[in-house]
Amino acid sequence: MSTKMVKFIITRQDNPETAPYLEEFEIPHRPNMNVISALMEIRRNPVNAKGEATTPVTWEMGCLEEVCGACSMVINGKPRQSCTALVDQLEQPIRLEPMKTFPVVRDLAIDRSRMFDALKRVKAWIPIDGTYDLGPGPRMPETKRQWAYELSKCMTCGVCLEACPNVNSKSDFIGPAPLSQVRLFNAHPTGAMNKEERLNAIMDDGGLAECGNSQNCVQSCPKGIPLTTSIAALNRDTTFQAFKNFFGSDR
Amino acid sequence: MAGSKDFVNRRIHSLLGVIPIGLFVVQHLVVNHFATKGAESFNAAAHFMESLPFRILLETFVIYLPILFHAVYGLYITFQANNNVSRYGYFRNTMFLVQRVTGVITLIFIAWHVWETRVQAALGAEVNFSMMADIFSSPFMIAFYLIGVLSAVFHFANGLWSFFVSWGLTVSPRSQKVSTYVTMGVFVALAIVSVRTIFAFI
Ligand code: HEM
Ligand code: SF4
Ligand code: FES
Repeated sequence: MSTKMVKFIITRQDNPETAPYLEEFEIPHRPNMNVISALMEIRRNPVNAKGEATTPVTWEMGCLEEVCGACSMVINGKPRQSCTALVDQLEQPIRLEPMKTFPVVRDLAIDRSRMFDALKRVKAWIPIDGTYDLGPGPRMPETKRQWAYELSKCMTCGVCLEACPNVNSKSDFIGPAPLSQVRLFNAHPTGAMNKEERLNAIMDDGGLAECGNSQNCVQSCPKGIPLTTSIAALNRDTTFQAFKNFFGSDR
Repeated sequence: MAGSKDFVNRRIHSLLGVIPIGLFVVQHLVVNHFATKGAESFNAAAHFMESLPFRILLETFVIYLPILFHAVYGLYITFQANNNVSRYGYFRNTMFLVQRVTGVITLIFIAWHVWETRVQAALGAEVNFSMMADIFSSPFMIAFYLIGVLSAVFHFANGLWSFFVSWGLTVSPRSQKVSTYVTMGVFVALAIVSVRTIFAFI
Protein backbone atom coordinates (compact mmCIF):
# COMPACT_ATOMS: atom_id res chain seq x y z
CA MET A 1 0.00 0.00 0.00
CA SER A 2 1.46 3.35 -0.99
CA THR A 3 1.57 6.00 1.77
CA LYS A 4 -0.62 9.07 1.44
CA MET A 5 1.47 12.14 0.68
CA VAL A 6 0.90 15.77 1.65
CA LYS A 7 1.94 18.45 -0.81
CA PHE A 8 3.37 21.80 0.25
CA ILE A 9 4.29 24.87 -1.79
CA ILE A 10 6.58 27.02 0.31
CA THR A 11 7.75 30.57 -0.40
CA ARG A 12 11.41 30.56 0.48
CA GLN A 13 14.00 33.30 0.77
CA ASP A 14 17.67 32.74 1.58
CA ASN A 15 18.29 36.02 3.35
CA PRO A 16 16.66 39.42 3.81
CA GLU A 17 18.20 40.79 0.59
CA THR A 18 17.63 37.97 -1.91
CA ALA A 19 14.51 37.40 -4.00
CA PRO A 20 11.89 34.90 -2.80
CA TYR A 21 11.25 31.67 -4.75
CA LEU A 22 8.83 28.75 -4.51
CA GLU A 23 9.79 25.23 -3.59
CA GLU A 24 7.48 22.21 -3.49
CA PHE A 25 7.64 19.37 -1.02
CA GLU A 26 5.81 16.08 -0.67
CA ILE A 27 5.93 14.42 2.68
CA PRO A 28 4.28 11.28 4.06
CA HIS A 29 0.97 11.87 5.81
CA ARG A 30 0.67 11.06 9.49
CA PRO A 31 -2.57 11.25 11.49
CA ASN A 32 -3.18 14.56 13.30
CA MET A 33 -0.12 16.25 11.85
CA ASN A 34 0.05 20.04 11.89
CA VAL A 35 2.04 22.43 9.71
CA ILE A 36 4.90 22.49 12.23
CA SER A 37 5.25 18.72 12.35
CA ALA A 38 5.31 18.78 8.55
CA LEU A 39 8.07 21.42 8.59
CA MET A 40 9.96 19.23 11.10
CA GLU A 41 9.68 16.34 8.67
CA ILE A 42 11.19 18.54 5.92
CA ARG A 43 13.97 19.51 8.31
CA ARG A 44 14.66 15.80 9.05
CA ASN A 45 14.82 14.97 5.36
CA PRO A 46 15.34 18.13 3.28
CA VAL A 47 14.47 16.80 -0.17
CA ASN A 48 12.04 18.69 -2.42
CA ALA A 49 9.23 17.24 -4.56
CA LYS A 50 11.59 16.80 -7.52
CA GLY A 51 13.75 14.57 -5.34
CA GLU A 52 16.60 17.10 -5.11
CA ALA A 53 18.45 17.69 -1.86
CA THR A 54 17.80 21.20 -0.55
CA THR A 55 18.29 23.29 2.58
CA PRO A 56 15.82 22.76 5.42
CA VAL A 57 13.03 25.34 5.62
CA THR A 58 13.47 27.89 8.43
CA TRP A 59 10.57 28.90 10.67
CA GLU A 60 10.04 30.09 14.22
CA MET A 61 8.12 28.49 17.07
CA GLY A 62 7.88 28.54 20.83
CA CYS A 63 4.91 27.35 22.83
CA LEU A 64 3.30 25.02 20.26
CA GLU A 65 -0.09 25.84 21.80
CA GLU A 66 -1.05 29.20 20.25
CA VAL A 67 0.00 31.46 23.10
CA CYS A 68 3.41 32.84 22.02
CA GLY A 69 2.63 34.00 18.48
CA ALA A 70 6.09 33.18 17.14
CA CYS A 71 5.01 30.62 14.55
CA SER A 72 2.67 32.92 12.57
CA MET A 73 2.78 32.63 8.79
CA VAL A 74 0.43 32.90 5.83
CA ILE A 75 -1.19 29.49 5.30
CA ASN A 76 -3.32 29.12 2.16
CA GLY A 77 -3.63 32.90 1.97
CA LYS A 78 -4.61 33.50 5.61
CA PRO A 79 -2.20 34.65 8.31
CA ARG A 80 -2.42 32.31 11.33
CA GLN A 81 -0.39 30.20 13.72
CA SER A 82 1.22 27.16 12.12
CA CYS A 83 1.19 25.20 15.41
CA THR A 84 -2.60 25.04 15.41
CA ALA A 85 -2.99 24.60 11.64
CA LEU A 86 -3.98 20.94 11.26
CA VAL A 87 -2.99 19.48 7.91
CA ASP A 88 -6.20 17.44 7.60
CA GLN A 89 -8.25 20.63 7.78
CA LEU A 90 -6.31 22.40 5.02
CA GLU A 91 -6.88 22.30 1.30
CA GLN A 92 -3.96 20.81 -0.63
CA PRO A 93 -1.46 21.77 -1.90
CA ILE A 94 -0.80 23.69 1.30
CA ARG A 95 0.78 27.04 0.55
CA LEU A 96 3.08 28.53 3.18
CA GLU A 97 4.35 32.11 2.91
CA PRO A 98 6.02 34.46 5.38
CA MET A 99 3.97 37.44 6.68
CA LYS A 100 5.49 39.98 4.31
CA THR A 101 4.30 42.97 6.32
CA PHE A 102 7.39 42.23 8.41
CA PRO A 103 11.01 41.96 7.22
CA VAL A 104 11.74 38.36 6.20
CA VAL A 105 14.77 36.93 8.01
CA ARG A 106 14.85 33.64 6.12
CA ASP A 107 12.11 31.47 4.56
CA LEU A 108 9.12 31.67 6.92
CA ALA A 109 10.95 33.42 9.77
CA ILE A 110 10.12 37.09 10.10
CA ASP A 111 11.28 39.92 12.35
CA ARG A 112 8.46 41.28 14.54
CA SER A 113 10.64 43.92 16.27
CA ARG A 114 8.39 46.75 15.09
CA MET A 115 5.60 45.40 17.29
CA PHE A 116 7.79 45.36 20.39
CA ASP A 117 9.06 48.84 19.54
CA ALA A 118 5.44 49.99 19.27
CA LEU A 119 4.60 48.50 22.69
CA LYS A 120 7.49 50.50 24.14
CA ARG A 121 6.36 53.61 22.33
CA VAL A 122 2.84 53.47 23.74
CA LYS A 123 4.14 52.58 27.23
CA ALA A 124 2.29 49.28 27.40
CA TRP A 125 3.17 48.59 31.03
CA ILE A 126 2.23 49.80 34.51
CA PRO A 127 4.97 51.74 36.31
CA ILE A 128 5.03 50.57 39.94
CA ASP A 129 8.70 50.90 40.83
CA GLY A 130 9.56 53.36 43.59
CA THR A 131 12.23 53.89 46.22
CA TYR A 132 9.92 52.46 48.88
CA ASP A 133 7.01 50.04 49.04
CA LEU A 134 3.99 51.88 47.67
CA GLY A 135 1.57 49.36 49.12
CA PRO A 136 -1.30 47.69 47.27
CA GLY A 137 -2.97 49.56 44.43
CA PRO A 138 -6.72 50.14 44.04
CA ARG A 139 -8.81 47.00 43.56
CA MET A 140 -10.24 46.04 40.20
CA PRO A 141 -13.86 44.88 40.04
CA GLU A 142 -14.08 41.20 39.10
CA THR A 143 -16.31 41.80 36.06
CA LYS A 144 -13.81 44.31 34.73
CA ARG A 145 -10.94 41.91 35.39
CA GLN A 146 -12.66 39.27 33.32
CA TRP A 147 -13.18 41.75 30.51
CA ALA A 148 -9.56 42.95 30.69
CA TYR A 149 -8.33 39.36 30.62
CA GLU A 150 -9.62 39.06 27.05
CA LEU A 151 -7.53 42.05 25.97
CA SER A 152 -4.50 40.67 27.80
CA LYS A 153 -4.53 37.54 25.62
CA CYS A 154 -2.67 39.34 22.82
CA MET A 155 0.49 37.39 21.94
CA THR A 156 2.00 40.00 19.59
CA CYS A 157 1.67 37.48 16.77
CA GLY A 158 1.31 40.13 14.05
CA VAL A 159 -1.68 38.59 12.28
CA CYS A 160 -3.73 41.78 12.70
CA LEU A 161 -0.93 43.87 11.17
CA GLU A 162 -0.64 41.46 8.25
CA ALA A 163 -4.42 41.71 7.64
CA CYS A 164 -4.58 45.53 7.85
CA PRO A 165 -4.56 47.42 4.51
CA ASN A 166 -3.11 50.49 6.25
CA VAL A 167 -0.06 48.71 7.72
CA ASN A 168 2.49 48.71 4.91
CA SER A 169 5.73 50.25 3.70
CA LYS A 170 3.93 53.44 2.60
CA SER A 171 2.63 54.18 6.09
CA ASP A 172 4.09 54.28 9.60
CA PHE A 173 0.90 52.93 11.25
CA ILE A 174 1.80 50.86 14.31
CA GLY A 175 -1.26 48.62 13.77
CA PRO A 176 -4.16 47.43 15.92
CA ALA A 177 -2.39 45.26 18.54
CA PRO A 178 -0.45 47.98 20.42
CA LEU A 179 -3.52 50.25 20.35
CA SER A 180 -5.62 47.64 22.08
CA GLN A 181 -2.87 47.25 24.69
CA VAL A 182 -3.22 50.95 25.49
CA ARG A 183 -6.86 50.31 26.26
CA LEU A 184 -5.90 47.36 28.47
CA PHE A 185 -3.36 49.31 30.53
CA ASN A 186 -5.56 52.41 30.73
CA ALA A 187 -8.37 50.25 32.12
CA HIS A 188 -6.20 48.93 34.95
CA PRO A 189 -6.81 50.90 38.17
CA THR A 190 -3.09 51.53 38.69
CA GLY A 191 -2.33 51.81 34.99
CA ALA A 192 -5.00 54.50 34.68
CA MET A 193 -2.65 56.83 36.58
CA ASN A 194 -0.61 57.11 33.36
CA LYS A 195 -3.56 57.18 30.98
CA GLU A 196 -2.76 60.59 29.47
CA GLU A 197 0.81 59.61 28.62
CA ARG A 198 -0.40 56.59 26.67
CA LEU A 199 -3.16 58.53 24.91
CA ASN A 200 -0.67 61.18 23.87
CA ALA A 201 1.66 58.46 22.60
CA ILE A 202 -1.02 57.06 20.28
CA MET A 203 -1.96 60.57 19.11
CA ASP A 204 1.53 60.83 17.66
CA ASP A 205 2.33 60.17 13.97
CA GLY A 206 1.69 56.58 12.91
CA GLY A 207 -0.73 56.13 15.78
CA LEU A 208 -4.47 55.75 16.24
CA ALA A 209 -5.54 58.21 13.53
CA GLU A 210 -3.99 56.00 10.85
CA CYS A 211 -6.83 53.47 11.25
CA GLY A 212 -9.25 53.48 8.29
CA ASN A 213 -11.82 51.03 9.75
CA SER A 214 -11.36 48.11 7.36
CA GLN A 215 -11.92 45.98 10.47
CA ASN A 216 -9.92 43.06 9.05
CA CYS A 217 -8.02 42.90 12.34
CA VAL A 218 -10.98 41.90 14.47
CA GLN A 219 -11.96 39.26 11.90
CA SER A 220 -8.45 37.82 11.84
CA CYS A 221 -7.23 37.89 15.46
CA PRO A 222 -6.77 34.28 16.62
CA LYS A 223 -7.46 35.33 20.21
CA GLY A 224 -10.78 37.00 19.37
CA ILE A 225 -9.62 40.33 20.81
CA PRO A 226 -12.21 43.08 20.20
CA LEU A 227 -9.67 45.26 18.39
CA THR A 228 -12.13 47.54 16.62
CA THR A 229 -14.05 48.15 19.84
CA SER A 230 -10.75 49.13 21.48
CA ILE A 231 -9.92 51.44 18.58
CA ALA A 232 -13.33 53.16 18.68
CA ALA A 233 -13.10 53.51 22.48
CA LEU A 234 -9.65 55.08 22.09
CA ASN A 235 -11.03 57.38 19.40
CA ARG A 236 -13.48 58.61 22.03
CA ASP A 237 -10.76 58.97 24.71
CA THR A 238 -8.44 60.86 22.35
CA THR A 239 -11.28 63.18 21.30
CA PHE A 240 -11.49 64.34 24.92
CA GLN A 241 -7.71 64.28 25.33
CA ALA A 242 -7.25 66.50 22.25
CA PHE A 243 -9.62 69.12 23.68
CA LYS A 244 -7.86 68.95 27.06
CA ASN A 245 -4.48 69.34 25.40
CA PHE A 246 -5.62 72.29 23.33
CA PHE A 247 -7.79 74.24 25.75
CA GLY A 248 -6.26 73.09 29.02
CA SER A 249 -8.13 71.41 31.82
CA ASP A 250 -8.59 71.82 35.57
CA ARG A 251 -8.66 67.97 35.85
CA MET B 1 -0.87 71.16 20.10
CA ALA B 2 -3.94 68.96 20.46
CA GLY B 3 -2.04 66.03 18.97
CA SER B 4 0.52 65.32 16.26
CA LYS B 5 0.27 66.57 12.68
CA ASP B 6 -1.23 63.28 11.42
CA PHE B 7 -3.76 63.13 14.22
CA VAL B 8 -4.97 66.69 13.71
CA ASN B 9 -5.06 66.36 9.90
CA ARG B 10 -7.03 63.12 10.08
CA ARG B 11 -9.54 64.60 12.49
CA ILE B 12 -9.93 67.75 10.37
CA HIS B 13 -10.37 65.56 7.28
CA SER B 14 -13.06 63.57 9.06
CA LEU B 15 -14.87 66.62 10.40
CA LEU B 16 -14.85 68.48 7.08
CA GLY B 17 -16.36 65.44 5.33
CA VAL B 18 -19.54 65.97 7.38
CA ILE B 19 -19.36 69.63 8.38
CA PRO B 20 -19.54 71.47 6.09
CA ILE B 21 -19.11 69.31 2.95
CA GLY B 22 -21.70 66.68 3.82
CA LEU B 23 -24.25 69.26 4.90
CA PHE B 24 -23.63 71.25 1.73
CA VAL B 25 -24.14 68.16 -0.44
CA VAL B 26 -27.46 67.37 1.25
CA GLN B 27 -28.59 70.96 0.87
CA HIS B 28 -27.47 71.04 -2.78
CA LEU B 29 -29.36 67.86 -3.64
CA VAL B 30 -32.50 68.97 -1.84
CA VAL B 31 -32.58 72.39 -3.53
CA ASN B 32 -31.99 70.79 -6.94
CA HIS B 33 -34.93 68.50 -6.29
CA PHE B 34 -37.11 71.53 -7.17
CA ALA B 35 -36.44 70.44 -10.75
CA THR B 36 -39.10 67.77 -10.28
CA LYS B 37 -41.61 70.64 -9.82
CA GLY B 38 -40.74 72.11 -13.21
CA ALA B 39 -38.33 74.59 -14.75
CA GLU B 40 -39.78 77.62 -12.99
CA SER B 41 -39.49 76.18 -9.50
CA PHE B 42 -35.92 75.08 -10.18
CA ASN B 43 -34.90 78.44 -11.60
CA ALA B 44 -36.45 80.28 -8.66
CA ALA B 45 -34.61 78.05 -6.15
CA ALA B 46 -31.31 78.35 -8.05
CA HIS B 47 -31.75 82.10 -8.26
CA PHE B 48 -32.38 82.31 -4.52
CA MET B 49 -29.15 80.37 -3.76
CA GLU B 50 -27.22 82.55 -6.25
CA SER B 51 -28.38 85.73 -4.63
CA LEU B 52 -27.47 84.79 -1.05
CA PRO B 53 -25.47 87.62 0.51
CA PHE B 54 -21.68 87.14 0.86
CA ARG B 55 -21.97 84.44 -1.81
CA ILE B 56 -18.27 84.25 -2.63
CA LEU B 57 -17.30 84.05 1.06
CA LEU B 58 -19.89 81.35 1.71
CA GLU B 59 -18.70 79.38 -1.29
CA THR B 60 -15.04 79.70 -0.33
CA PHE B 61 -15.32 78.73 3.32
CA VAL B 62 -18.24 76.29 3.17
CA ILE B 63 -17.40 74.60 -0.12
CA TYR B 64 -14.10 75.25 -1.92
CA LEU B 65 -11.52 75.19 0.87
CA PRO B 66 -13.05 72.28 2.82
CA ILE B 67 -13.42 70.15 -0.33
CA LEU B 68 -9.90 71.03 -1.44
CA PHE B 69 -8.42 69.93 1.88
CA HIS B 70 -10.61 66.82 2.13
CA ALA B 71 -9.87 65.79 -1.45
CA VAL B 72 -6.10 66.31 -1.33
CA TYR B 73 -5.72 64.58 2.03
CA GLY B 74 -8.24 61.94 0.94
CA LEU B 75 -6.09 61.10 -2.09
CA TYR B 76 -3.05 60.83 0.17
CA ILE B 77 -4.95 58.42 2.47
CA THR B 78 -6.28 56.47 -0.53
CA PHE B 79 -2.86 55.80 -1.99
CA GLN B 80 -1.41 54.86 1.37
CA ALA B 81 -3.61 51.76 1.60
CA ASN B 82 -2.73 48.36 0.13
CA ASN B 83 -6.23 47.12 -0.54
CA ASN B 84 -6.66 43.41 0.06
CA VAL B 85 -10.35 42.64 -0.51
CA SER B 86 -9.46 39.63 -2.66
CA ARG B 87 -7.82 38.00 0.36
CA TYR B 88 -10.08 39.42 3.08
CA GLY B 89 -13.52 39.73 1.52
CA TYR B 90 -15.25 40.92 4.68
CA PHE B 91 -18.07 43.45 4.49
CA ARG B 92 -16.21 46.31 6.22
CA ASN B 93 -13.05 45.74 4.20
CA THR B 94 -15.13 45.94 1.02
CA MET B 95 -16.68 49.20 2.25
CA PHE B 96 -13.15 50.46 3.02
CA LEU B 97 -12.23 49.91 -0.65
CA VAL B 98 -15.51 51.32 -1.98
CA GLN B 99 -15.02 54.44 0.21
CA ARG B 100 -11.71 55.06 -1.56
CA VAL B 101 -12.97 54.26 -5.07
CA THR B 102 -16.05 56.48 -4.69
CA GLY B 103 -13.81 59.24 -3.27
CA VAL B 104 -11.70 59.26 -6.45
CA ILE B 105 -14.78 59.08 -8.74
CA THR B 106 -16.36 61.91 -6.75
CA LEU B 107 -13.25 64.03 -7.19
CA ILE B 108 -13.29 63.57 -10.98
CA PHE B 109 -17.02 64.25 -11.07
CA ILE B 110 -16.83 67.37 -8.89
CA ALA B 111 -13.99 68.83 -10.97
CA TRP B 112 -16.02 68.41 -14.17
CA HIS B 113 -19.28 69.55 -12.60
CA VAL B 114 -17.73 72.73 -11.17
CA TRP B 115 -16.11 73.49 -14.52
CA GLU B 116 -19.35 72.97 -16.38
CA THR B 117 -21.53 75.04 -14.06
CA ARG B 118 -19.82 77.37 -11.59
CA VAL B 119 -16.83 78.28 -13.77
CA GLN B 120 -19.11 78.83 -16.78
CA ALA B 121 -21.33 81.04 -14.59
CA ALA B 122 -18.28 83.10 -13.65
CA LEU B 123 -17.53 83.40 -17.38
CA GLY B 124 -21.00 84.81 -17.96
CA ALA B 125 -23.18 81.79 -18.71
CA GLU B 126 -26.51 81.46 -16.97
CA VAL B 127 -26.93 78.36 -14.81
CA ASN B 128 -30.55 77.34 -15.05
CA PHE B 129 -32.93 74.52 -15.95
CA SER B 130 -32.26 74.75 -19.68
CA MET B 131 -28.48 74.56 -19.14
CA MET B 132 -28.90 71.30 -17.23
CA ALA B 133 -31.46 69.98 -19.72
CA ASP B 134 -28.93 70.76 -22.42
CA ILE B 135 -26.18 68.83 -20.62
CA PHE B 136 -28.53 65.86 -20.19
CA SER B 137 -29.37 65.75 -23.89
CA SER B 138 -26.31 63.51 -24.16
CA PRO B 139 -26.79 59.93 -22.89
CA PHE B 140 -23.10 59.88 -21.94
CA MET B 141 -23.58 62.83 -19.60
CA ILE B 142 -26.62 61.17 -18.04
CA ALA B 143 -24.49 58.12 -17.24
CA PHE B 144 -21.61 60.31 -16.04
CA TYR B 145 -23.86 62.27 -13.70
CA LEU B 146 -25.60 59.14 -12.38
CA ILE B 147 -22.26 57.50 -11.55
CA GLY B 148 -20.77 60.70 -10.16
CA VAL B 149 -23.72 61.67 -7.98
CA LEU B 150 -24.34 58.15 -6.69
CA SER B 151 -20.63 57.83 -5.83
CA ALA B 152 -20.69 61.11 -3.94
CA VAL B 153 -23.83 60.14 -2.07
CA PHE B 154 -22.49 56.72 -1.17
CA HIS B 155 -19.17 58.21 -0.10
CA PHE B 156 -20.98 60.64 2.16
CA ALA B 157 -23.28 58.01 3.71
CA ASN B 158 -20.55 55.45 4.35
CA GLY B 159 -18.27 58.29 5.44
CA LEU B 160 -20.86 59.20 8.04
CA TRP B 161 -20.51 55.67 9.40
CA SER B 162 -16.75 55.99 9.75
CA PHE B 163 -17.07 59.55 11.07
CA PHE B 164 -19.09 58.13 13.99
CA VAL B 165 -16.28 55.65 14.67
CA SER B 166 -13.46 58.19 14.17
CA TRP B 167 -14.82 60.45 16.88
CA GLY B 168 -15.75 57.62 19.21
CA LEU B 169 -19.53 58.04 18.97
CA THR B 170 -20.19 54.43 17.96
CA VAL B 171 -17.94 52.14 20.02
CA SER B 172 -19.65 48.78 20.56
CA PRO B 173 -20.12 46.30 17.69
CA ARG B 174 -23.89 46.62 18.07
CA SER B 175 -23.85 50.41 17.79
CA GLN B 176 -21.67 50.12 14.70
CA LYS B 177 -24.11 47.65 13.18
CA VAL B 178 -27.11 49.90 13.84
CA SER B 179 -25.07 52.75 12.38
CA THR B 180 -24.49 50.69 9.21
CA TYR B 181 -28.26 50.35 8.73
CA VAL B 182 -28.92 54.02 9.46
CA THR B 183 -26.19 55.32 7.14
CA MET B 184 -27.22 52.95 4.35
CA GLY B 185 -30.72 54.37 4.83
CA VAL B 186 -29.19 57.82 4.31
CA PHE B 187 -27.60 56.52 1.11
CA VAL B 188 -30.88 55.15 -0.25
CA ALA B 189 -32.78 58.33 0.64
CA LEU B 190 -30.23 60.65 -0.98
CA ALA B 191 -29.92 58.33 -3.99
CA ILE B 192 -33.68 58.59 -4.58
CA VAL B 193 -33.58 62.39 -4.27
CA SER B 194 -30.67 62.74 -6.71
CA VAL B 195 -31.85 60.23 -9.32
CA ARG B 196 -35.32 61.83 -9.38
CA THR B 197 -33.65 65.20 -9.92
CA ILE B 198 -31.51 63.99 -12.80
CA PHE B 199 -34.49 62.44 -14.56
CA ALA B 200 -36.50 65.63 -14.09
CA PHE B 201 -34.19 67.32 -16.62
CA ILE B 202 -34.60 64.64 -19.26
C1 HEM C 1 -18.83 65.15 -2.06
C2 HEM C 1 -17.76 65.42 -1.40
C3 HEM C 1 -17.29 64.56 -0.24
C4 HEM C 1 -17.94 64.30 0.93
C5 HEM C 1 -19.31 64.78 1.37
C6 HEM C 1 -17.07 63.46 1.72
C7 HEM C 1 -17.36 62.96 2.98
C8 HEM C 1 -16.57 62.13 3.71
C9 HEM C 1 -16.83 61.69 5.04
C10 HEM C 1 -18.01 62.08 5.91
C11 HEM C 1 -15.83 60.84 5.41
C12 HEM C 1 -15.67 60.10 6.72
C13 HEM C 1 -14.58 60.68 7.58
C14 HEM C 1 -14.07 59.71 8.59
O1 HEM C 1 -13.63 58.62 8.24
O2 HEM C 1 -14.11 60.03 9.77
C15 HEM C 1 -14.96 60.73 4.29
C16 HEM C 1 -13.85 59.93 4.27
C17 HEM C 1 -12.99 59.85 3.21
N1 HEM C 1 -12.99 60.63 2.08
FE1 HEM C 1 -14.44 61.93 1.56
N2 HEM C 1 -15.93 63.21 1.01
C18 HEM C 1 -16.02 63.87 -0.20
C19 HEM C 1 -15.09 63.89 -1.19
C20 HEM C 1 -13.93 63.15 -1.19
C21 HEM C 1 -12.94 63.21 -2.23
C22 HEM C 1 -13.02 64.08 -3.48
C23 HEM C 1 -11.94 62.34 -1.86
C24 HEM C 1 -10.65 62.07 -2.58
C25 HEM C 1 -10.46 61.22 -3.44
C26 HEM C 1 -12.32 61.74 -0.60
C27 HEM C 1 -11.59 60.77 0.09
C28 HEM C 1 -11.93 60.23 1.30
C29 HEM C 1 -11.25 59.14 1.95
C30 HEM C 1 -10.04 58.40 1.45
C31 HEM C 1 -11.91 58.90 3.15
C32 HEM C 1 -11.59 57.81 4.16
C33 HEM C 1 -10.83 58.28 5.33
C34 HEM C 1 -10.61 57.14 6.30
O3 HEM C 1 -11.56 56.40 6.55
O4 HEM C 1 -9.51 56.98 6.76
N3 HEM C 1 -13.52 62.28 -0.22
N4 HEM C 1 -15.40 61.54 3.26
S1 SF4 D 1 -4.31 41.49 18.64
FE1 SF4 D 1 -4.66 39.35 18.02
S2 SF4 D 1 -3.90 39.28 15.89
FE2 SF4 D 1 -3.08 41.15 16.78
S3 SF4 D 1 -1.06 40.59 17.55
FE3 SF4 D 1 -2.49 40.33 19.29
S4 SF4 D 1 -3.14 38.19 19.20
FE4 SF4 D 1 -2.18 38.64 17.23
S1 FES E 1 4.41 28.12 18.56
FE1 FES E 1 3.57 29.59 19.97
S2 FES E 1 1.80 30.22 18.88
FE2 FES E 1 2.51 28.63 17.64
